[in-house]
Amino acid sequence: MEQPLIETDILIIGAGPVGLFAVFEAGLLKMRCQVLDILPQPGGQLTEIYPKKPIYDIPGCPGVLAGDLVQNLLRQIEPFNPGFTLGERAETLEKQADGRWKVVTDRGTVLLAPVIFVAGGLGCFDTRKPPIENIDQFEDKGVEYFVRNPDLYRDKRVVIAGGGDSALDWTIYLSNVARELTLIHRRTEFRGALDSVEKVQHLAQTGKIKLITNAQVTGLSGNGHLDGLQILHDTDGEFHLPTDHFVPLFGLTPKLGPIGEWGLQVDKGAIEVNTFDYSTNVPGIFAIGDINTYPGKLKLILCGFHEATLACQSAFNVVNPGKKLSFKYTTVTGIEGLAAS
Amino acid sequence: MISITVIDRDDQPHVLETPTDMGLNLMEVCKSYELPVKGTCGGMALCASCHVYVLSQHELPEATDDEIAMLDQAFFVKTNSRLGCQIKIHDALDGLEVKLAPEAE
Repeated sequence: MEQPLIETDILIIGAGPVGLFAVFEAGLLKMRCQVLDILPQPGGQLTEIYPKKPIYDIPGCPGVLAGDLVQNLLRQIEPFNPGFTLGERAETLEKQADGRWKVVTDRGTVLLAPVIFVAGGLGCFDTRKPPIENIDQFEDKGVEYFVRNPDLYRDKRVVIAGGGDSALDWTIYLSNVARELTLIHRRTEFRGALDSVEKVQHLAQTGKIKLITNAQVTGLSGNGHLDGLQILHDTDGEFHLPTDHFVPLFGLTPKLGPIGEWGLQVDKGAIEVNTFDYSTNVPGIFAIGDINTYPGKLKLILCGFHEATLACQSAFNVVNPGKKLSFKYTTVTGIEGLAAS
Repeated sequence: MISITVIDRDDQPHVLETPTDMGLNLMEVCKSYELPVKGTCGGMALCASCHVYVLSQHELPEATDDEIAMLDQAFFVKTNSRLGCQIKIHDALDGLEVKLAPEAE
């Protein structure tokens, strides 16, 4: 099957506020952008983690909800018609014979651009793995960190761990699919939606599922494929529970991910840049926002906006070799499609 | 100024002299002393990288729903687990003793 191929001037990895604002600054210089993000919606942390939290240090905005800031940024960049590749993670980076960069995502989308802006924030959100010693060796051999295909669990013994909405929702759903379903949670209280909590408690009372609270999974056993769990109960001590599948659902955590393997200079999980233009050690690749580091770095959205702006000036020279860049104020040129209110 | 003892992950105690008039929280104090506390989310109770065990008997404010929800997703959680970012530094915490929880991921 032919994989989609997208060509652009600047490939922006990360659709958080800084990545989005980079589209605006690039647009002023007539550069097209494609924005790639592992999350299914733009906004990064602001949308995913704290949409309802007010931010007070955006110049000119005396208090704006994170979610609203993202909506405003999307409106601001709309005239430049950026492309979005969402729900995909940048995996590999390769230099093309024509000098452009080729990035391939985990879904096989191919992106070609002379310039890359890494605006990855804290990194890409990945499932949180419980620190159980041998868990790596059972991945996809009985341990799954999210439910991809519910049919996998048909007529199987399944143990879900966690106390949030996804643990509760999948417990309810898979109680009709699995042969035996057990939910394990560290506490007796659940923090998911009340309706789901009541449903799970009802399933437990009627014997449809087994509910083990005040307990944690501490070990995995099996020969090639998972066949049981070691469980530590707060008062009853340790016991063994046979199972075919273990699905730990502990939310998402940000990790640098495959970008860490791209040959960029990294210091404590952040990409080192030159503050002249936020370029990295790899020509044509810039890093802006929370993912970069330099002397005096502050992880602030407003600093990321500044970084994006300066990075665009140098990006122009890579995208348009030999062309002269003349600086213009938006008050002079205006922006088609944006009306001031 | 008050003093707080933080035991690191190698069981080394660190006595931190801490001002009480700067609106600091325990995560920020640990970071300012360059202890290995990431504080990834900046103090919004959203990452658990400042997870500590409270060893002394100081009275601390009740954990908020946000903090409890985060601890639900964290690992190595015990009954005395708290997020450092949710512990505001004030005079009554003089002599507080905490231990850094193991790092997860």
